[in-house]
Amino acid sequence: MKDTFIYLDHAATTPVKPEVLEAMLPYFTDKFGNASSIYSIGRESKKAIEEARDKVAMALGAQPKEIFFTGSGTEADNWAIKGVAYANRQKGNHIITTAIEHHAVLHTCQYLESDGFEVTYLPVDENGMVSPEQVRNAIKPNTTLITIMFANNEIGTIQPIAEIGKIAKEKGIYFHTDAVQAVGNLHINVDEMNIDLLSLSAHKFYGPKGVGALYIRKGTKTISFLHGGAQERGRRASTENVAGIVGLGKAIEIATQNIDQYNKKLIELRDRTIDEVLKRIPFVRLNGHRHKRLPGNVNFSFEFIEGESLLLMLDMKGIAASSGSACTSGSLDPSHVLLAIGLPHEIAHGSLRLTFGEDNTQEHVDYLLEVLPPIVERLREMSPLYESSLLAGKK
Amino acid sequence: MYSEKVMDHFMNPRNVGEIENADGVGQVGNPKCGDIMKMYLKIENDVIIDAKFKTFGCGAAVATSSMATELVKGKTIDEALKITNQAVADALDGLPPIKMHCSNLAEEAIKAAIDDYKRKKGLLDDEGGCDGCCRRCDDVQQHLEEDE
Repeated sequence: MKDTFIYLDHAATTPVKPEVLEAMLPYFTDKFGNASSIYSIGRESKKAIEEARDKVAMALGAQPKEIFFTGSGTEADNWAIKGVAYANRQKGNHIITTAIEHHAVLHTCQYLESDGFEVTYLPVDENGMVSPEQVRNAIKPNTTLITIMFANNEIGTIQPIAEIGKIAKEKGIYFHTDAVQAVGNLHINVDEMNIDLLSLSAHKFYGPKGVGALYIRKGTKTISFLHGGAQERGRRASTENVAGIVGLGKAIEIATQNIDQYNKKLIELRDRTIDEVLKRIPFVRLNGHRHKRLPGNVNFSFEFIEGESLLLMLDMKGIAASSGSACTSGSLDPSHVLLAIGLPHEIAHGSLRLTFGEDNTQEHVDYLLEVLPPIVERLREMSPLYESSLLAGKK
Repeated sequence: MYSEKVMDHFMNPRNVGEIENADGVGQVGNPKCGDIMKMYLKIENDVIIDAKFKTFGCGAAVATSSMATELVKGKTIDEALKITNQAVADALDGLPPIKMHCSNLAEEAIKAAIDDYKRKKGLLDDEGGCDGCCRRCDDVQQHLEEDE
């Protein structure tokens, strides 16, 4: 299949849907006005932004004035965490998070530690789950923020967000969730779940890159980081990325309207892949919770082989996927998420993440199931670890 | 990211396998780092007449192992000991900076296999060598420093 290209890395990014692109285009050309300008095309841009804001609010069960557009999910995470930490410093300096957060949260917390804050990184169980009890037990009189991701980008595990939110509310502590992977995939309601701040990113749900949003519950004490003009009600200066924001609005509207069918389709692809791979390939382990996981997420560790090699061979066959190996991250360690769920290094290095999306089909799964086992077998034949463990009589 | 030669040696690696009753076997690297190379040598009259490898590692690791076995075949053990990681990388038309440690591993695997041969023949005093840390740490550190 020479021109085959099967994209199975939707957790990394997604293509912009045609309807989204169509909605965005006029804002690059005829409707190019600066939303702060008083004349016609300025007012049009402002209107478009506010319409997008309404759509985001609707998707989260929030008020439009609680939605702030940012340049990315990472920016939203940084703002939420640093903003609350610094604004409430007089009250306390302790933050609770987990060991499996995205680097945008982890590195922000580490930065705050270097500035005198205290951070508790809650460990997770072998499925990557943190329990509400753990959160409750970690709370101290000087805790001002709990930040726990809605669903994990690598292993797909969905956290007990509503239960954690309930505890946070009971204790009067702000609760932020990095929902970058969850928005467009799972039902979210910030009131029902007692969420005070929430990060999201357009390019994960068929919107454009370069735009995200932060939900900040009315009354949350926080500070701003971008000073300048009065955009975003004076809380995030920058000339607005109008086209991007329009795209985000359109994408989130489509995503939330179709969430149940989308889920159903992805779950079928995901579950078939999981069942068949576990059946056809030996020495493999599924990472993350079997059921409380994102509808399109599959993450395996294949013993005795390394992730980048796996990806290169899949790429040769036209399949795009990702891995948690150190080689693919350019660092010394394999994925911190895989280490946090207790995988030994060499098993973490042999991981493969497949994340399905709108454009995938059962035929894609057929093809994957056809090409993956021989690739794994080939890499195992080349591996010194395979022969030595077989010799040791390992099952 | 990888040159055509690297991709060729990765997709069509030369000399994968083991040598039964090999004259020298060297294994370097460790699972923690994610790179392990095992080299088998058949040596006659101090000339390497055959070489095979098994590798756990990324594209560069497989390619450098493959190239290393090609480079040592037909060489005397003294000539083989002179093969540097740079030579392996150059033979592959270069490696990205963050992957240079894979070529270190290839150089060390050759040395470890030859040391093993010498040890078997009673030509070496010591009991064992290092585990051949591939010095990925150095590459990553250098890469990070370059960005500053």
